[in-house]
Amino acid sequence: MSGSSHPDTHTVDTHSVDIDKHVRTYVMVFVSLMVLTVVTVGVYYIHMAPGLAITVALIIASIKASLVACFFMHLIDEKKLIYWVLALTMIFFFVLLFTGMMTRAADPVLPT
Amino acid sequence: MEIPYTVEAHPETGLNNGKIGIWLFLTSEVMLFGALFATFIMLRIGAEDWAHLKAEAELNIPLATVNTIVLITSSVTMVMAWASLMRKQVDRYRLFMLATVGFGFVFLVIKYFEYTAKFEHHHYPSTNTFLAIYFTMTGLHALHVIGGMAFNFYYAVPGAKLWRTNPQWLTDRVEHSGLFWHFVDLVWIFLFPVFYLL
Repeated sequence: MSGSSHPDTHTVDTHSVDIDKHVRTYVMVFVSLMVLTVVTVGVYYIHMAPGLAITVALIIASIKASLVACFFMHLIDEKKLIYWVLALTMIFFFVLLFTGMMTRAADPVLPT
Repeated sequence: MEIPYTVEAHPETGLNNGKIGIWLFLTSEVMLFGALFATFIMLRIGAEDWAHLKAEAELNIPLATVNTIVLITSSVTMVMAWASLMRKQVDRYRLFMLATVGFGFVFLVIKYFEYTAKFEHHHYPSTNTFLAIYFTMTGLHALHVIGGMAFNFYYAVPGAKLWRTNPQWLTDRVEHSGLFWHFVDLVWIFLFPVFYLL
């Protein structure tokens, strides 16, 4: 923008610089996600022990998910209320995910 | 009648209604997919020979890898569409938004080929528990892709009119639509290793 003397133009310019920084981050996140996708498929072809393979694959998936959530979904810089809502959801999510497994482990009849 | 807090933040939440609304909806989605992931875990640990059931399904890893790349790329074009609106570049916005819809379509076409290959081999949800949970979860995910595409197309073409009267509202709507789209990407990030690689 050429009319830099106008006060509004100044804010628009500052805003654009800010967005440019965001865009650079998005490109870096994109590259990281691609690399991690290649890594996760590569690890599959190495044929590791099942337990180790599950751990590695889920760690990679969690890193990828965190990158998407933090940067694409802007969770790195969000209002407190959203964090509280998500924290509560995560508690329920993990209870849902692990309750079945725990009751199974507690049952002596079933193989674990 | 004017709807309050579409653009400006609600004093109680510090957020506009669209933002809080989409996040509450996404939490319900976490529970929906969470229930199915819990089901998956129980089916897997309860199976006599899961590896055999999975081998029988003959999932196509190269195709799924391509689909993972397609969906990640669509997330980037989605966020670039929002960034274009922030830069007030409406033409670029529309291009990125339509690219996002296009990548969603490519994802569905690849999924269609995967599904038809399964049906040709007489592999159905009723064949075994692996295929049952595979079709249920990837099918539900595909429905989400279709839903996201519908919203994104609406905001790219007819809904973009809003730019002339209330540009901030359109920018916020695109951000919220993006939150849903990234969530769909995020679910796939877990579905891909869980079904194809492990």
